Amino acid sequence: MNFGQRQLMMGNEACAAGAIAAGVRYFAAYPITPATEIGEVLSRELPAYGGKFIQMEDEMGALGSCLGASAAGVKAMTASSGPGITLMQENVGLAAMAEIPVVIVNVQRAGPGTGTIDQTQADVMQARWGTNGDHPVIALAPSSVKECFDLTVRAVNLSERYRVPVYLLSDAQVGHMREVVTLPRLEDVRLVDRPRPTCRPDEYHGYEFRTPDEVPPMADFGTGYHYIVQYSVHDRDGFPNPGKPAELAALLQHLDAKLSWHLDAIVDLEELLLDDADIVVVAYGTTARAARDAVVMARARGRRAGLLRLVTVWPFDTARVGRIIGDARRVVVPEMNLGQIHGEVVKATKDRRAQVLKVNRVDGCAVTPQEILDTIERGLG
Amino acid sequence: MSVKPLSRLLDTYVYAERTPTTWCPGCGIGIVLQSMIRAIDDLGLDTNRIAVVSGVGCAAHATSYLKFDAFHGLHGRVPAHATGIKLAKPELTVLCLLGDGDGLAIGGNQFIHAARRNIDLTAILFNNFTYGRTGGQFSPTTPHGAWAQTAPFGMMERNFDVCELSRAAGATYVARSIAYNGNLTTRLIRNAIKHKGFSVVEVLLQCTEIYGRYNKQGDGAAMLTWQREHAVTPGKAAGLSPEQLEGRFVIGELHRSEAPEFCEEYDRLIARVQGKAR
Repeated sequence: MNFGQRQLMMGNEACAAGAIAAGVRYFAAYPITPATEIGEVLSRELPAYGGKFIQMEDEMGALGSCLGASAAGVKAMTASSGPGITLMQENVGLAAMAEIPVVIVNVQRAGPGTGTIDQTQADVMQARWGTNGDHPVIALAPSSVKECFDLTVRAVNLSERYRVPVYLLSDAQVGHMREVVTLPRLEDVRLVDRPRPTCRPDEYHGYEFRTPDEVPPMADFGTGYHYIVQYSVHDRDGFPNPGKPAELAALLQHLDAKLSWHLDAIVDLEELLLDDADIVVVAYGTTARAARDAVVMARARGRRAGLLRLVTVWPFDTARVGRIIGDARRVVVPEMNLGQIHGEVVKATKDRRAQVLKVNRVDGCAVTPQEILDTIERGLG
Repeated sequence: MSVKPLSRLLDTYVYAERTPTTWCPGCGIGIVLQSMIRAIDDLGLDTNRIAVVSGVGCAAHATSYLKFDAFHGLHGRVPAHATGIKLAKPELTVLCLLGDGDGLAIGGNQFIHAARRNIDLTAILFNNFTYGRTGGQFSPTTPHGAWAQTAPFGMMERNFDVCELSRAAGATYVARSIAYNGNLTTRLIRNAIKHKGFSVVEVLLQCTEIYGRYNKQGDGAAMLTWQREHAVTPGKAAGLSPEQLEGRFVIGELHRSEAPEFCEEYDRLIARVQGKAR
């Protein structure tokens, strides 16, 4: 890869470069449009970095093998799209319950079912609630090719920091878009590694937390620190202990608190022209590009419009989004789905005066700036 | 080889404080596990360099009692988890503890593709002919005509021959044993671990409380005796007609071949690519 250089790149290529820069040395996937290029690039590039690519027999095997590699101490990633991400959900639950760092790139395509390969943002709720049970998850949404790189690095770092599965919610538009980007030099990329044990092996407990939000140190396999990487409800050593209500509650609250107590460190919200705005466009991913244009167009027409871009989609910081919207009279939520984040914005504004409007497209085409502008101005004099 | 007392093995390999185990009285899983532990002990393997991987089912619980690195993962995905572990750390000995449902029904795809790659994993398939954990539904190895909770009129489907399947899928070491013959099981697992490549040891064992009870096969001792009476060695089997072999099973080493091992191939690829880069 041409790190440290200015170049024309596709979003999926930038994502692959981000994985290498972030220290991912194990990548497993199953082919699917529009995500396949990520694996193709990594199959070529990883061996030079001492890393390994494997094309698995299906998506359950792909993410399942990533979790094995991660437990052994190697940063791991997979990439797929809606139908494949659906098959991976059992593994998302395993990563959440067993606290295994892993990154899942979803280059979204239209569903349900195999749908079509056109761009969409229809898997936003799947990213949050796709697997069973209350579980922690982080999702980041890139708006540009450069962000496909940057947010892949951030996704890996967050997964390591909090021992959780992290989604990169890319889509067919940004994944296949080509832009000129300047990649940083490898040595300039800030890396985060999971906490590892510093105690004696006989004092080690793989799932011990002293406060609910503590991320327990994670031992690599083969280092003499034994614990059970455990899919079921478990005690501090990973030994299954079903039927103990207090311990079950403590475990689930721990999994939640790892993220919910640290929203400020995790949730990245970008604010544009919001200081005096009385109309706020809330957007994420590629749709945020059109939203930015719409806000600039609205300003040129004398509207006090601004953009709140959700770089981190999950966890959704309801309180902070509400504070940012403040006393704005109108909120516009453009999405390439039928209104998935719209519901979260409604929750965030329930005690506020803002009227929350949707702009939705599900025809495989991008939301245009004009459509957003029309909604910004709808009914206004 | 002298047989070490069980108490010494337990101290080294088993978390005694986690017993009693989840298994029923008379169950064969513990017997097979003892054979596995003896095989590891015979080989003098470092317990810090062994990973055991399991999914869901009765045998899967074994990982919880063993003093190794343990991965108690998804139903059926054991060979996939193990593939990730082994590729990440090829120096580890990785054992897959599979059941007949876990390994061959929900995990059939993972199983055959791990065999096809010939990655250096040792799969021990605990074949008790049933889904014991969920109360006795039929599995891919339930014999034709046997009673199961979901085969109340007798098993209608044909069953897998685990060893034929493994060999056809590309496993380079395939063997079968019975819980009754602990020494044979130990020897086969020892050879399987030593073998470089994907190796499968199927062990037929008794599920006394579910499969045995529903099929009126008597207690644990009776079921063990049945295993002994129906097992034949490869040498003896060679002299028997297909009719004479009906209802019997061949135990021992059934297949062994040499083929490139996946992790070694990958390491060679890395060396080649990095050599070019320099």
